[in-house]
Amino acid sequence: MDLFEYQARDLFEKHGVPVLAAAIATTPDEAEAAATKIGGKVVVKAQVKVGGRGKAGGVKLAVDAADAREKASAILGMDIKGHEVRTVMIAAAAPIESEYYLAILLDRSNRTFLVMASVSGGMDIEEVARTAPEKLAKIPVSAVDGISATKAKEIIAAANFPADVADQVVDVLLKLWEVFQSEDATLVEVNPLVKTNDGKVIALDGKITLDDNAEFRQPDHAALVDHAATNALEAAAKEKDLNYVKLDGEVGIIGNGAGLVMSTLDVVAYAGKQHGGVRPANFLDIGGGASAQIMADGLSIILGDTDVKSVFVNVFGGITSCDAVATGIVQALELLGAKATKPIVVRLDGNNVVEGRAILAKAAHPLIEQVDTMDGAANRAAELAAK
Amino acid sequence: MAIFLNAKSVVIVQGMTGSEGTKHTRRMLASGTKVVGGVTPGKGGQVVDIDGHQLPVFNTVAEAMSATGANTSVVFVPPKFAKAAVIDAVDAAMPLVVVITEGIPVHDSASFYAYSVSKGTTRIIGPNCPGLISPGQSNVGIIPADITGPGPIGLVSKSGTLTYQMMYELRDIGFSTAVGIGGDPVIGTTHIDCLRAFQDDPETTAIVMIGEIGGDAEERAAAFIAEYVTKPVVGYVAGFTAPEGKTMGHAGAIVSGSSGTAQGKKDALEAAGVKVGQTPSETAQLLRDILGR
Repeated sequence: MDLFEYQARDLFEKHGVPVLAAAIATTPDEAEAAATKIGGKVVVKAQVKVGGRGKAGGVKLAVDAADAREKASAILGMDIKGHEVRTVMIAAAAPIESEYYLAILLDRSNRTFLVMASVSGGMDIEEVARTAPEKLAKIPVSAVDGISATKAKEIIAAANFPADVADQVVDVLLKLWEVFQSEDATLVEVNPLVKTNDGKVIALDGKITLDDNAEFRQPDHAALVDHAATNALEAAAKEKDLNYVKLDGEVGIIGNGAGLVMSTLDVVAYAGKQHGGVRPANFLDIGGGASAQIMADGLSIILGDTDVKSVFVNVFGGITSCDAVATGIVQALELLGAKATKPIVVRLDGNNVVEGRAILAKAAHPLIEQVDTMDGAANRAAELAAK
Repeated sequence: MAIFLNAKSVVIVQGMTGSEGTKHTRRMLASGTKVVGGVTPGKGGQVVDIDGHQLPVFNTVAEAMSATGANTSVVFVPPKFAKAAVIDAVDAAMPLVVVITEGIPVHDSASFYAYSVSKGTTRIIGPNCPGLISPGQSNVGIIPADITGPGPIGLVSKSGTLTYQMMYELRDIGFSTAVGIGGDPVIGTTHIDCLRAFQDDPETTAIVMIGEIGGDAEERAAAFIAEYVTKPVVGYVAGFTAPEGKTMGHAGAIVSGSSGTAQGKKDALEAAGVKVGQTPSETAQLLRDILGR
């Protein structure tokens, strides 16, 4: 889960990373009140989970509270790269002398953690990495040893931080490591980390990505979920513990196993090219079990999607045999009754496939059509969606 | 021959007394795997009867190894306890540890992987994987044993069900070993490890490699193939239609920015001389063409 800037700022503050006074606002009134409380010049910042908001006009300096109200009024409701601005952060303005970059992340390629640090912060760090890689220090961090005070000093020295801020930056890095580790983050990034005119080092803007697998030991993280941005169908699916992602096409997809479902989306998209460009409407992995109840839950989510014109159920019987899956489909349609209204193409293969196909044939449900191969079934589902 | 797992593999099950552990111990035994016991901290000394097999339970992997001579462990414990279970196995210098558990926090898997590297005596496969099977010899994990038999194809895949699908497509030819390496961001055994082992395995004559979006493992594998692998390799990549920034089931299956796309992976593999199919069936056909079967 990616966090908003203000959520990252709050986690920084919780772990002692120096940040500026700030508050969030969802209306111009709230923005004015927040600016009054902070006092002096403030920065009004759009809260969107996408880069480039400054260039898009989503970050403005305000000279006083009345100005903050005006700036917030202009920024709230803006569309930044498809993200609607529903919240702004009002933050104290700081006179900046230097801008740095500091991040801790999971380095998948090398299966370790990595610190990236640069005294050339502020701008697009990918640009720095590309055009002047010598200005970006990349130091691996062992997941067993972590970042000790000694290691932090080594990193900051390697990145050539000036002597007058080195101690403060070392301290920030140690606290960021605490954020990274204790919050189960996969990315903690500060850009820019600034030195103010009076020589203080402050995290001015930050990004945090949290590991969803750690939910069981991070009870506080549930409150950070952005429910407003969650699609209604995705929210309904999550309540049923289904692994569902809404897409923009017309063919509803149900399958077992993440890889097979991803592959099913691709095969449907290829087949759709022959049928007016129809595309998959969703990703839905019902997992290994595929019981009647799970199948019914999955089908009802998909049939509740008004974009869906046909459904493709693609199951490979592994541990769960095809006869159990077929029984599940039949029972699911009984459970759904009149709510099931769209044609369903079923492809079963694998364990006990003969029995499974026989069960569906015997049920002879008017909505169900069986096709023996994955490619053939994808083509038929796309054809039905195009009609 | 086969890779990593063969008729000499002697297996213990960490988490055998849990419901998943018991269910899959039964399946592994039924498919001929030499399962000799289990590990559940606090339940040492018990004996579990699974279909007539009297399987002793131990408190630690070290105890289980010295009592049974096990050289392979398969981990079915819940995410919360998975790190401790793997560390226990690494401390015992268990040669092969197959982690089936799904949903392990990446800080935990990064940590036990780094620990295993520092010790240098354990190969980890997974986590969040279906395990591996050398048909006719041994089956560790949750791969159905009855899809196909022994043969000359080596298979390495991030995805479980695509592994089954591909084994099914090529069931008349058969497999030396099929390895599901898992779809998490940090895994113990990579495509490259498997490609190297298949290249060095005299009984494997052709290799199928299945990848999916996210990370750069396939791109690295492509570079490795160009440099090291002389046996024919066919490839398949899932996730061409996955949108940027959305996780598709596997914690690692996410496209961020321009990196990790299916097209990028396909291009890299093709540049290394790997024939890449557009669907699983087409990929199977490419392999048939190469083997002339």
